[in-house]
Amino acid sequence: MDRRKFLIGGGLLGCSAAASPLITPVAFASAPWDARLVVIVLRGAMDGLDVVRPVGDRHFAELRPSLADERGIPLDSFYAMHPRLEPLAPMWDAGELAFVHAVSTPYRDKRSHFDGQDLLEAGMPDLESGVRDGWLNRLMQVVPGVEAETAYSIGRERMLILRGAARTSSWAPDTRLELSPATEQLLEHLYHDDVLFRDASADAIAIAADVAESDEMGDGVGNGRNVDLARFAAQRLAGETRIASFSLGGWDTHNRQQRSIRRALRDLSDCLLTLKQDLGDVWGKTAVVCMTEFGRTARENGSRGTDHGTGGAMIMAGGAIRGGRVYGDWPGLADRDLYAGRDLMPTRDVRAYAGWLMRDLFGVAGSAVEQAIFPGVELGGDPRLLL
Amino acid sequence: MAFDPILAEIRFGAGLSPHHAPPASVDAMMAQLTGPDTAARRFPIPSIETLDPSPFEVRRSNMAPKDLPEGPERDAAEELKRENRRRVRELVQEHFAATVQRALGSEDGFRERLTLFWADHFTVRGETAVMRHAVSPFVEDVVRANLAGTFADMLYAAATHPVMLRYLDQHSSVGPNSRDGQRRGGGINENLAREILELHTLGVGGPYDQTDVRQLAELLTGLTAPYRNGFTFRERAAEPGSETVLGVSYGGADASLSDIRAALSDLAVHPATARHMATKLATHFVADTPDPDLVAAMEQTWLESGGRLPVVYEAMLRHPAAWAPERRKVRQPIGYVIASLRALGVTPEQFAAAGIVRIRQRLINPLADMGQPWQTPTGPDGWPEAADAWVTPQFMAARINFAMTMPRHFVDPLPDPRAFVFDALGPEPPPDVVFAANAAETVFEGVGLVLASAAFQRR
Repeated sequence: MDRRKFLIGGGLLGCSAAASPLITPVAFASAPWDARLVVIVLRGAMDGLDVVRPVGDRHFAELRPSLADERGIPLDSFYAMHPRLEPLAPMWDAGELAFVHAVSTPYRDKRSHFDGQDLLEAGMPDLESGVRDGWLNRLMQVVPGVEAETAYSIGRERMLILRGAARTSSWAPDTRLELSPATEQLLEHLYHDDVLFRDASADAIAIAADVAESDEMGDGVGNGRNVDLARFAAQRLAGETRIASFSLGGWDTHNRQQRSIRRALRDLSDCLLTLKQDLGDVWGKTAVVCMTEFGRTARENGSRGTDHGTGGAMIMAGGAIRGGRVYGDWPGLADRDLYAGRDLMPTRDVRAYAGWLMRDLFGVAGSAVEQAIFPGVELGGDPRLLL
Repeated sequence: MAFDPILAEIRFGAGLSPHHAPPASVDAMMAQLTGPDTAARRFPIPSIETLDPSPFEVRRSNMAPKDLPEGPERDAAEELKRENRRRVRELVQEHFAATVQRALGSEDGFRERLTLFWADHFTVRGETAVMRHAVSPFVEDVVRANLAGTFADMLYAAATHPVMLRYLDQHSSVGPNSRDGQRRGGGINENLAREILELHTLGVGGPYDQTDVRQLAELLTGLTAPYRNGFTFRERAAEPGSETVLGVSYGGADASLSDIRAALSDLAVHPATARHMATKLATHFVADTPDPDLVAAMEQTWLESGGRLPVVYEAMLRHPAAWAPERRKVRQPIGYVIASLRALGVTPEQFAAAGIVRIRQRLINPLADMGQPWQTPTGPDGWPEAADAWVTPQFMAARINFAMTMPRHFVDPLPDPRAFVFDALGPEPPPDVVFAANAAETVFEGVGLVLASAAFQRR
């Protein structure tokens, strides 16, 4: 029996289909849209210049004496990717991995992780607007046929990116719910007359059982908490879920970056490989996009790390994307080309790429992107991100 | 529908306890609330003024080692830096412990609930490493001190508190035509002004527009919070001239704090504020969609009393709709944690004896799992109010886990579930909970089932 079908169909239906408003036969029959989007928020400010190295820029090596030491993996005549992303090379070769360079949110000159992430997830031009929902939630508000299960926030944090008026689901895959059969039955009895508690607990028990099941299979790529996020995302996306979001930390590499960035890159590549493996056929209609709150300084600092900067990179993966290329206009790394003399100059708003992606994946109108999802963004020319 | 002691403790208090009698009447509740704050005296939390180490001190010790040459002096500075950072983390937990202890040792649970309510209304976060331990002191200075006073005083205390001024960026707002603005540049930051209008007073959709936001932001220039001095009115940063907010002109040639106070006092008694706050209080305590007549009674009292909080609370407690038997609210995680400990009969002393590690692992961490990480809401609008925001599959799993595992870490031996069901739910518990408590395979599961029941999680 196909494992995924069992987990998503059998597992959930068996336990709670009758009780849950999230998993109705109608929801199964009427998936309103078919593409999948995974948004990974890279918290801590990923150093785009280290991950996607502009080795063809003659200033690069001198700005990064220790960081550029270890040779990267050549992507084209100009860029190389970080050597720790080597496991992703086949994905690149298959045209399922792409990068966007010299992008940023509108956040400028202040360097707070909190504010930077809030702005990234709110998708707004500034933080003073008082907007409290996230852009993925606003996407859910403009597309038809959305159910709570359509979008999943994964992990322990409340993801601002999915916060808002549209109902969404959330689950932390490390949640365990181990109850004796008798206790489970007594709980069912206790919640029987309270619809809110009855449905939530039935779903909780079912999802926890799913996760426990897949723990036992344990044949995935890599392991650890972060890979569990991707594994759970794939489980949901293979079913009724269309949008999943989670975050990966560990990018704030002020010191000895050569060492400190490795773990974050390993987690990231494990997550992408897990998604590809576990999604199976669904990978072909999936786009993954990884975004960070801002870039890091062009020059490495005195402790062989980098500090908070401006322009950076974005990572895309998935069978749906037109990969094997680095998008974006390269601004150059000469002193006069840097933002404020220190950072990579952003040449385009990271929201413009995310906006095109939503347009192409889900058929969202450009005007909806520019007005509702990312107010004030200029979508600009079509980068043609999808196949 | 009339006053009922058991319902009073469940709906408006900290939860039933085998050690404390529930309130006898509305009069008794009001007498306690307007009397001395004995819980705060017993379990003190410092003011921002007496917080030690102060944010300034933490900041100074954070930066000190950088400027010193390698050697013993630098080592000592590094040591102090580590020590202060450790203290900051500890203090967050100690303040949490004091907050819980107050609720465990008190028959004035309404005061503890109101403290949580107002702390959420005036949400702040200590976002920088040097302010993280200042949230409880903010609550102490702003909320606890004005809980039984006027809303105008609480609003003014909030809007001028260093933690709020930093959280909502007011400290970096400079009037472009002020002396600072002329000399050093900088500009207006509207964040605090917007939130005062939208969240703290008139409410979303209230009768204000962007011009009012801008004008209030200009009026608020000068409110600053340097780490060294705390709250300061810096006239040199204040935009000169008068500002008009909601059609009323404040200030003249010279900027002054009293103009700010006047504007906030007017906002505090504005009809839209009365409506917003009456609705918010009733929504929090009684029902996600409160009875319109209950809201109207509270709103009326707010207007007539000029925002005197105790009479507004009393208007709520005296209204029949406040005593509807159906429990329509779900306890938020912090209320659930406190009510569970109270039902188990944990005393403040037993609680302290459990130790900070257990408190962190068994209470603070589960709060995050249940969707309410201690003092870290997502934004200035605070925690959601609706029941279905808290009862999701993920948070439900965390609540069940909490119910099944927490008690054994604070109570030894565990109570007999057959008796515990009455401690937790009063003399007339729902039959299905009594059944589950009796049918459980083990004592811990019996106790856990009572705490996990919808009857116990609702209020």
